[in-house]
Order: sequence, then structure tokens, then C-alpha cells
Amino acid sequence: MAICTGCSLLCQDIEASVSEGKLTKAKNLCRKGHGHFQASFSERTSPMIGRKQVDLNQAIARAAEILRSAKSPLLFGWSNSTLEAQRVGISLAEKLGATIDDTSSFCQGSLMESILSGRLPSCTLDDVRNYADTSIFWGADPSNSHPRHLSRFSYYPRGEKRQKSYEEERTCLVVDVRMSATAALCKENLFRVSPGGDAEFIEAILSVLAGKIPRVGDKKKMIELGTMLKKTEWGAIFPGPGLVYSLQGNMEILEKLLARLNEITVFKVVPMVGHFNMRGFNELLREKTGHINRVSFKGGEIVHGPEQSVMTAAKSCDAALIVGYDPLSSLPFATAQALARLPLIAIDPHRSLTTDAAEVVIPAAISGLEAGGTAVRTDGVKIEFEPIIEPGLPADEQILKRIMEAI
Amino acid sequence: MVSAMEIYMLLPKTNCKKCGLPTCMAFAVGLLGREKKIEECTPLIEEKKYEAKLNKLREVMAPLESASETGLIIHPEKCFGCGNCVVACPVNVAADPTHCGVGLGPQSDKVILKVEDGVVVANNLEECKRFGPGRVLCNACTATCPSKAIEFV
Ligand code: SF4
Ligand code: SF4
Ligand code: SF4
Ligand code: SF4
Repeated sequence: MAICTGCSLLCQDIEASVSEGKLTKAKNLCRKGHGHFQASFSERTSPMIGRKQVDLNQAIARAAEILRSAKSPLLFGWSNSTLEAQRVGISLAEKLGATIDDTSSFCQGSLMESILSGRLPSCTLDDVRNYADTSIFWGADPSNSHPRHLSRFSYYPRGEKRQKSYEEERTCLVVDVRMSATAALCKENLFRVSPGGDAEFIEAILSVLAGKIPRVGDKKKMIELGTMLKKTEWGAIFPGPGLVYSLQGNMEILEKLLARLNEITVFKVVPMVGHFNMRGFNELLREKTGHINRVSFKGGEIVHGPEQSVMTAAKSCDAALIVGYDPLSSLPFATAQALARLPLIAIDPHRSLTTDAAEVVIPAAISGLEAGGTAVRTDGVKIEFEPIIEPGLPADEQILKRIMEAI
Repeated sequence: MVSAMEIYMLLPKTNCKKCGLPTCMAFAVGLLGREKKIEECTPLIEEKKYEAKLNKLREVMAPLESASETGLIIHPEKCFGCGNCVVACPVNVAADPTHCGVGLGPQSDKVILKVEDGVVVANNLEECKRFGPGRVLCNACTATCPSKAIEFV
């Protein structure tokens, strides 16, 4: 059995056979995971300095040199690395007095902060499978983003208290701006919001729960929703990027809704993280500094805030180490442009715009396929895994350790 | 999927009974249920004036030909490999309660649906609830599919 690092569900029941650099047979991998494994074998990187092929030792030595001489380096990426690698990365940031940030900084950060600090009640996906009778996908389309979410946890499986499962005991609701693939599975329970209208929609739910007439939305449908929420025995809300972006950091309103719902019954929130170990990084950095992302260790002090986000730090730093991510093609143009002018060090198994632009490229083993370690599932459960094949390439963790020793 | 009415429109509509059924409409229903074969309507095959209709009928019936005996058709190109059908199918759950029953990939050879190489595949279709004398109109697999990758004819 192997695990899949295609998304943050980290499915552990995968049977995969690999021969001659190809995935020959795979059982239980969803299409997304299958694509992730297949892509693993193409467009691999090799060690480079200034776009010229070098050996690994030279690339590591040059990376150490760049970081050592930088005044304010930025260390960014992390959500596609193991906990072990992230831990070394945070120590490296501390040692260098660097700024460190991860991909949560521009997506699920505000939600993750609320959950890890306990302001939103949360639970594991196994609890959802065992107890939940209502699952609400809000601004999320797991059928595309986390394809096995509904079958493994949130809708179709049987659980301890839910032996009759979706047939009789579970209801699935979708709140979204559109008819997504997931919404198509529970059409009668699709509640449409206008783009950016989620905060208003929450206010409307709060009114209905207080027995008042809601100001927005189809009144009859809102009252139906209120009744469904009140009748729920054990509910789970899965906020996706649609909700998080729409709330623009206003987590208080979601916290207020959950507090109200929990006066009536049980309701939990389980995040829908994209990259397989974003949550791991957020947890580790929080343990160390009290903040989940956007931290600077400059001058031995811990500073946190928007100034330390990749978007701002990209403009003020003088070198950057990017681990397992492609900011040049994924981040807004101004940030990508600011990064591209820096001496970049990219640790990545795959070629990307970022590795093409980097001063130093260090190839790494692919977590899950070629390297073992530990990762934190989207719901906080730690998952340990072994590699399927031995590529003879060092993992992120070893590379970072060697850079650290060389500094 | 093609309807009985669409099939009927492509038949001679003479109710000549040569197919062994009282009306062309009954024959259309028979074709759709795969109890009848196009060739049993001899006028359609033999008479030149029906040639265009015959060709069109063969065209619309082609997808049905590929259906399994239970009428199950899989469109792998649409499948997400999400496993919803695998976990919902009552035969799968009965055959492998400790895996399919709780959302995991099957470990038993007796299941009907499983996900391989990223998409669903069907085996043991004779076990499907829609098959055989005591058949029922189970639709657990089609109703739980987010992408219409499974259908029945
Ligand atoms: S749901 Fe996610 S972790 Fe599971 S097989 Fe699919 S991509 Fe991989
Ligand atoms: S043989 Fe053809 S034309 Fe005659 S009744 Fe049957 S379907 Fe109609
Ligand atoms: S019709 Fe029912 S028994 Fe047959 S494959 Fe689909 S879910 Fe399983
Ligand atoms: S056929 Fe449908 S339900 Fe079954 S795995 Fe494919 S997409 Fe999912």
C-alpha cells in the first residue's frame, strides 16, 4: 500500500506498481491522483547553476553561498514537502534570520488560523464518517479538488453511527455560486449565493435561526435551510476557496455562525486544504512562533504580519529559496516579477517557470513516490508513509540539511 | 440516450407484425430493452426504400450494443475516479463491507465496481441487482456519480 500526495486527503489505500520509470498499474487512485503519479515521471530537473548543468554538491554549495551572503532572504513554498523537511526549513529560516512563508498566505491562511487557534470547532474526517448526518460544502467542489472526499468521508461511506449512510441518514448541502459537479449530486440542496455574497448569506442564516425573516435569498429556501440546520444531529461544514476568498479575512462572521449553530446542535468545520502538507507547515510554524505563516526571524526576533507575506517580502528581500512550488506561474504578476529579479534557488523534482528562471536548481525526490516521511492530512491527522520506489535522489529534508550545514 | 419514440420514428411504421410483435412501437420498446434485434424487422432490412432509416437506426443503436448485459455503460473519459459508485453499490458493500463499506478501495474480487488507473471498471456484472430473474431497478451507481460516467440503457 502506498499513499497519494495528489491532494490533502493523503489516501492510504493505493496499490501502485512502477516499472521502467512508468506507472504500470494503479488501484484506488482517483483520476487526479493518477495524473499526479503519472506526471511524476516527466520533466524532471537536474542540478544547475546559471542554467548550466553541474553536480549536486556544487549546486548545494552555491545555494548555501547565496543564502549566507543575503541580507534578507525569503524562504517560500513548503506545502508540498514533508513535516521533516518543513522542520529543517524553519530552523534554516531561524539561523539565517530569514522571512518564511507558505502557500496558505494567499489562500486558506485565515481559515487555518481560526481552526488551529480553536476559534472554529473542528474534528477529523473519520469523525465525519462516523457521526455526521449533514455535510455542507461551501464554496468547495470536492468532486474536482478532493475527488474521494465524498466516498471516503463526507457522504457515501457507512460509519459507526451512520450505518444507513447516504441512503437514509446523511444529507449533503452545497452553497455555491454555480452548479458544480458536487452540487449536481444534491441538486435540491444547492443554495446559490452571489459572488462575494457569502457574508450576507451567513447573516441571513443567523436571522432565520433567530426566527426572523431573512433579508437576502429566496425566503422559503432560507427557512428550509434553517430547519435542516436545526434538525441536524451532528454537522460538518467544509469551507472551500470560494468561501474563504469571498469572506476576505472576515472569519469572525463564520465563527459567529458556528457559535450559534453549536448552541443548537453539534457543528464542526474541516478545512479543504489544496496541497498535501500545507496544514503540516502551518502547525509546525505555529508551534514554534505562534503564527501559521508570514514570519520573519530577522535579528533573532519573531515578527509576523502582512509585511512578512510572500507578496510583500518578494519585493523587499534580496534572495529567495523556493521549495516544491512554482510561484512564477502561480502568483500574481507583480509578485512573480519581483521574485524573478532575485537570485532564486529552487528545490523541486519538476521543471517549471520557477526552475527555468532560478540561479540554482536542486532536484529532489518526490514525496510519497520516491521519498518517505510524515504529512498532516487536511483534518490534522498525521500520516506516515514509505516511498514506493528508490530513486537515488535526496529528499527535500536531506537537501535542506546539507544547505544548513554548509552555511 | 436514445428513446423508444426516436427508434419508432426510424421503423417502417406499418404494424405488419413480421417481427412477431403486434406494433412497430412494441418492436421499438423491444429494441431498447435489447430483447429484439434490428434484423427481426425484415421489411426494414429487405426493402430498399427503408435504407436511409436502417442506417440511421444502426447508428443510434450502436452505443447500446456496447452495453453489458445489465445495460451498464461506462464512459471512462468522463470518470473522476472518485469512488462514489464503488462505495454506494450494494453488491460491493455486501462483498467487502470492511473496505467498500467504509469508503476504502475494495480488496475483494467479488465486487462489481472498482477504480483502476484513475477510472472505474466493472466486473462480475452477473451479480448486479439489475441482472437476472429477481432483478430490481437499482441505480446506486448512477445516482452517486458526479460526472454521468455510468449509465444504464
Ligand atoms: S483523493 Fe486526493 S489523495 Fe486521494 S487518490 Fe485522489 S488525489 Fe490522491
Ligand atoms: S416487422 Fe418491422 S414494420 Fe413490421 S411490425 Fe415489426 S417493426 Fe413494424
Ligand atoms: S446497478 Fe446497483 S448493483 Fe448494479 S452496479 Fe450499479 S449500484 Fe451496483
Ligand atoms: S463512474 Fe462516476 S461515481 Fe464512479 S468513480 Fe467514476 S466519476 Fe466516480
